[in-house]
Amino acid sequence: MRGLELRLDIRAVARRIARDIPDGAYVNLGIGLPTLVADCVGDDKEVVYHSESGILGMGPAPAPGEEDPELINAGKQPVTLLPGGAFFHHTDAFLMMRGGHVDVTVLGAFQVSETGDLANWATDDATHPPAVGGAMDLAVGAKRVLVLTTHTTKAGEPKLLPRCSYPLTAAGVVDRVYTDLAVLDVTPEGFRVREMVAGLTREDLQGATAARLSFTDDLGVLAP
Amino acid sequence: MIDKRVASLADAVAGIEDGATVLVGGFGASGVPVELVHALLDRGTTDLTVVTNNAGSGETDVAALLRERRVRRIVCSYPRSTGSVWFEERWRAGEVELELVPQGTLSERMRAAAAGLGGFFTPTGADSRLAEGKEVRVIDGRRHVFEEPLRGDVALVKAARADRWGNLVYRTAARNFGPTMAAAAALTVVQVDEFVELGELDPEAIVTPGIFVDRVVRVGAA
Repeated sequence: MRGLELRLDIRAVARRIARDIPDGAYVNLGIGLPTLVADCVGDDKEVVYHSESGILGMGPAPAPGEEDPELINAGKQPVTLLPGGAFFHHTDAFLMMRGGHVDVTVLGAFQVSETGDLANWATDDATHPPAVGGAMDLAVGAKRVLVLTTHTTKAGEPKLLPRCSYPLTAAGVVDRVYTDLAVLDVTPEGFRVREMVAGLTREDLQGATAARLSFTDDLGVLAP
Repeated sequence: MIDKRVASLADAVAGIEDGATVLVGGFGASGVPVELVHALLDRGTTDLTVVTNNAGSGETDVAALLRERRVRRIVCSYPRSTGSVWFEERWRAGEVELELVPQGTLSERMRAAAAGLGGFFTPTGADSRLAEGKEVRVIDGRRHVFEEPLRGDVALVKAARADRWGNLVYRTAARNFGPTMAAAAALTVVQVDEFVELGELDPEAIVTPGIFVDRVVRVGAA
């Protein structure tokens, strides 16, 4: 596959997502790569981070030695509470996620389909017990679902597909995908590319993608 | 005179029978009623159905129940975590049955039980394999799956402070499943760090009113 040497560092993609987080938004960042986004949102914006563990106004990791083992995020890592922050119980935490109260969520993905189906909770590896957590709640409930992922797997297999082969988290929920090669909207006509990394051709990008791509007229450069 | 305070952990778990469905609070290591779970272990209670977000890690609490083969069935959203060795061992050996439930559905099913509801429809999981065998209905153009209420015989909960009426306040994110589980079980047992006098908790700030609580026990140094 040509063009893969042009891939951006995933932190650069996180910075790109951060630019699309609006001032004043209530945001839930999924476990793993999406947590990188919080470090990239500038001080010019006031963003309230929600955690399924029962926190609004979640702040960054505490200084070493100041961790509170009970004040943790969805990934079970110690966090802090910012002024104005609030604690609430789990049913309310998920009511916020399931009931359309969270403005934006950023999630990781194993696969995304051209109709916006998301597979990010299970592979068909039967040697490990399944686990789902809040993945399905966030995917169906957030007002806007953004996906941060590498464009292909480590083995070079495409992750953007006509249909997901892995078990679905939710159908028809993804709004936009940010990869290390491109930014793509999910539209009624399938994936539409908005931005690509500099130097990549449309053919290269299509070659790394199993789903059929279309391109916006004002195609931009995906810059970190 | 209402006094829900009990003197010991053994008194707190007295009467919990084999085969009980036990709701165990906690998210990761936050808000886990470790001492109550160990009191249940010491009591010898077995054949349990345990409802909890994670399936324990290391050698304590739910992991210890699994190690000692006290759990027949676990209802859980994220059983696989760092150190969930005993869950994985028992699951691979087919010794524990797993019902996997999306996290929000897990807590909402308990809330439904607490509210006296017969269940609810939710889009969460409706397009996934976790909806297999369940009724799916299209509401407002979207597929929803029917989920049944989930009631406990017992809830084991950790809070920060209680008075003798069983009014509770919690600490930070350790609140997690506590308020919902407390309301969803026939017998709710709460461990706290501190007892306070009646009237000492700010009524504007009480998170779980005592009506949901049956026994409170103080643990640790105080």
